[in-house]
Amino acid sequence: MSLTLASNPPLRLHWHWAWLTPLVLFMAVMAGTSIGETSIPMDTIFKVLANQLWGAGYAVDRIDAGIVWNYRLSRAILAGCCGAGLALAGVVLQALLRNPLADPFLMGISAGASTGAVAVTIAGLGAGAVTLSLGAFAGAGLAFGLVVLLAHAAGSGTGGGRGTQAAGAIILAGIAGSQLFNALTAFIIARSASAEQARGIMFWLMGNLSGVRWDDVRLGLPAAFAGLLVCLWHRRALDAFTFGADSAASLGIPVRRVRGMLIASMALVTAVMVSMVGAIGFVGLVIPHAMRFIVGSRHTRLVPASALAGAVFLIGADIISRIIVPGQVLPIGVVTALVGAPAFAVILIRGSRVR
Amino acid sequence: MRLSADHIDWTVHGHRLLDGVSLAVEPGETFGLIGPNGSGKTTLLRVLAGLRKPKRGRVLIDDHPMYAMPQRDIARTIAFVEQQAETLDRIVVREAVALGRTPFLTALQPWSEHDDAIVSRALHDVGMAHLAERLWHTLSGGERQRVHIARALAQQPRILLLDEPTNHLDIRHQLSILQLVRQLPVTVVIALHDLNQAMGCDRIGVMDGGRLVDLGEPEQVLSAERLYRTFGVQVDFLVDPADRRPVMRFRNAL
Ligand SMILES: Nc1ncnc2c1ncn2[C@@H]1O[C@H](COP(=O)(O)OP(=O)(O)O)[C@@H](O)[C@H]1O
Ligand SMILES: [Mg+2]
Repeated sequence: MSLTLASNPPLRLHWHWAWLTPLVLFMAVMAGTSIGETSIPMDTIFKVLANQLWGAGYAVDRIDAGIVWNYRLSRAILAGCCGAGLALAGVVLQALLRNPLADPFLMGISAGASTGAVAVTIAGLGAGAVTLSLGAFAGAGLAFGLVVLLAHAAGSGTGGGRGTQAAGAIILAGIAGSQLFNALTAFIIARSASAEQARGIMFWLMGNLSGVRWDDVRLGLPAAFAGLLVCLWHRRALDAFTFGADSAASLGIPVRRVRGMLIASMALVTAVMVSMVGAIGFVGLVIPHAMRFIVGSRHTRLVPASALAGAVFLIGADIISRIIVPGQVLPIGVVTALVGAPAFAVILIRGSRVR
Repeated sequence: MRLSADHIDWTVHGHRLLDGVSLAVEPGETFGLIGPNGSGKTTLLRVLAGLRKPKRGRVLIDDHPMYAMPQRDIARTIAFVEQQAETLDRIVVREAVALGRTPFLTALQPWSEHDDAIVSRALHDVGMAHLAERLWHTLSGGERQRVHIARALAQQPRILLLDEPTNHLDIRHQLSILQLVRQLPVTVVIALHDLNQAMGCDRIGVMDGGRLVDLGEPEQVLSAERLYRTFGVQVDFLVDPADRRPVMRFRNAL
C-alpha cells in the first residue's frame, strides 16, 4: 500500500499565506479610519499618516487631521487589539477546558471588571484618584483570583487534580464567581446609582470604544502581541489537549504548570482589554469556532487565524456601531452579537453539510 | 528499558485503589495485566505512566525514580494508550497520530519530514494508512482505538503501556495488534480482559482489589484455582491441535 507521504502535511504554517495578514489588517484599520459620520478619503489619511510619522508636511484640513490621528486611527487599532486578544483567550480556554462554550469571560473577568467599574464610578471608591479603567482592572483581577482559589479548592478534593475534574471545577468556579460579582454590581447600582449613571454603566459594559486614545493603544497593542506570542509558543501544548488533560500529560506536557500559565496570561490580556473598552461579548466565543471550521483545529494555524479574524471582526463591528444609527453610537457588544450570531449560525449549518 | 514499581499505594477519598503493588518488567518483555473489572488495572497503568503520583512507593525507569523526571522526558520514554479518550475537535486521523511527536518537538523546532515518515509508518503499522485523511468523528470505535495505538507508536517509546487495547477491535485486528505489540523491541505492559490472549504474554500479573495477587508465567498463573478465586469462574483446559498449547474454556462456577 502506498504511504501518502507528506502530500498534505497538516501541521505546518502555510507561510505563503502569511503575507496576507499585514495587508488585511492594514486594510481593516484604513477602513476603520476612513468610515464614520464624516467619511474621510484615503489620500487624506495617508497624508495625515505621513505628516505624523515622518513629518512630511502635507497640507491637510486641521479637523480632518485631528479626527484621523486622535480619534479614529487609535480607535481602530485598539479595536483590532481587543478583537485579537479576546479571540485568543477564547481559543485557549476552549482548548484547555475541553468545553466549546468556554469564553474569555468564563473566569469571572467581565463580572469583576463591572463591579470594579461601578465601585469606582458610582460608589465612589478611591475618591476620584482611581480611574474607571483601573477600577475595572482591579475588579477583574480580584474576581479571577477568587475563581482560581475556588477552582483549586474544588479541584484538589477530587483526586485527579489535573484530569477532567479540574476543568469542570474551573468552569463551575467561574460561574459561581461571575454570579457573585454580578450580584455585587447590581447591589451597588441599586443602592446608589441614578438612572442616568445606570445607563452609562450599561453602555460601558456592552463595550465602548469612543474614549480610546493613543495611551490605550500603548497598553493594548503590547498586550495583544504578548498574548499572540504566548499562544504561538504553546501551540503544540494546546494541540496536546485534544484528547484531554491526561493525554496531554502522557505527551509530555506539564499540565498544571502549562494550563495555569496559559489561563493566567489570557486572563491578564482579557482584563487589560475589558478595563479599557468594557466587556465586548461574542468575539471570544464565536471567532475561535468560526476559524476552526475554516482552518481546522490545529493551533499552529488556529492561533494566528483567530487573532487576525478577531481583529478584523472587531474593527468591522466598530465601524458598523458608528454608522448603523445615524447620529448615535451603538454599544459595540450589540453589534458583535447582532452580526456574530447569524454569521455563526451560517457557519454551523454549512459546517455540518461539509461533514 | 526496565520499568518497576516499588510498593505503590494510591488512595482517593480514603479508598485504597492500589495497595502495595510491586513488580518489575524486564526490558523487551511483554507483561500482561489481568483482573476483574474495578481491580485497579487502569489505576496501576496510570501510575506507571506517570499520570498519577503514588501516595507511597515509587516507579523506576531503569534506575531513575520517575518523580524526579520532567514530564517531557517521561513522554519520550513511555507511551500510554488509554482505555478511552475522545475529542470533539474536527481533526483527521493523521493529525491525531501526529500528536505522538509532541514530546520531541519544541516551539522553535518545526515539524520535519522525519516526523512525517514516523507518523506514516505508525499509521501503516496499525492498518490505518488508507484512512489517514478521515475525520475523527467519522471513525468506528475500533478504528479510533487503532489511531490511539498509532499515536503511541509515533512516540517511538521504549516502554509501551496499553489499557485493554483490543476492546473494540474485530478479531483480525485484535490478533494483528497483539502480534505487533509482541514483536516490538520495547517493554510492554498490557491490560487484557481476554484471558486466552493473556496466554501470549511473557509474564502476567493478576490484580484483585487493588493488589497484585499473582505474578508469573501464564501457564503457572492461569490455574483453575486462580481463575476460580479471582474471577469466580470454572475453567477447562483444552489443547489446541495446531500448536499443542492450552486453550481455556469458561463456565459459571457452581
Ligand atoms: N478517581 C476515582 N475516584 C474514586 N474511585 C475510583 C477513581 N478511579 C477509579 N476508581 C475506582 O477504583 C477501582 C479500580 O478502577 P480501575 O483501575 O479503573 O479498574 P480496572 O481498570 O481494573 O477495571 C474501581 O472500583 C473504580 O471505581
Ligand atoms: Mg480499566
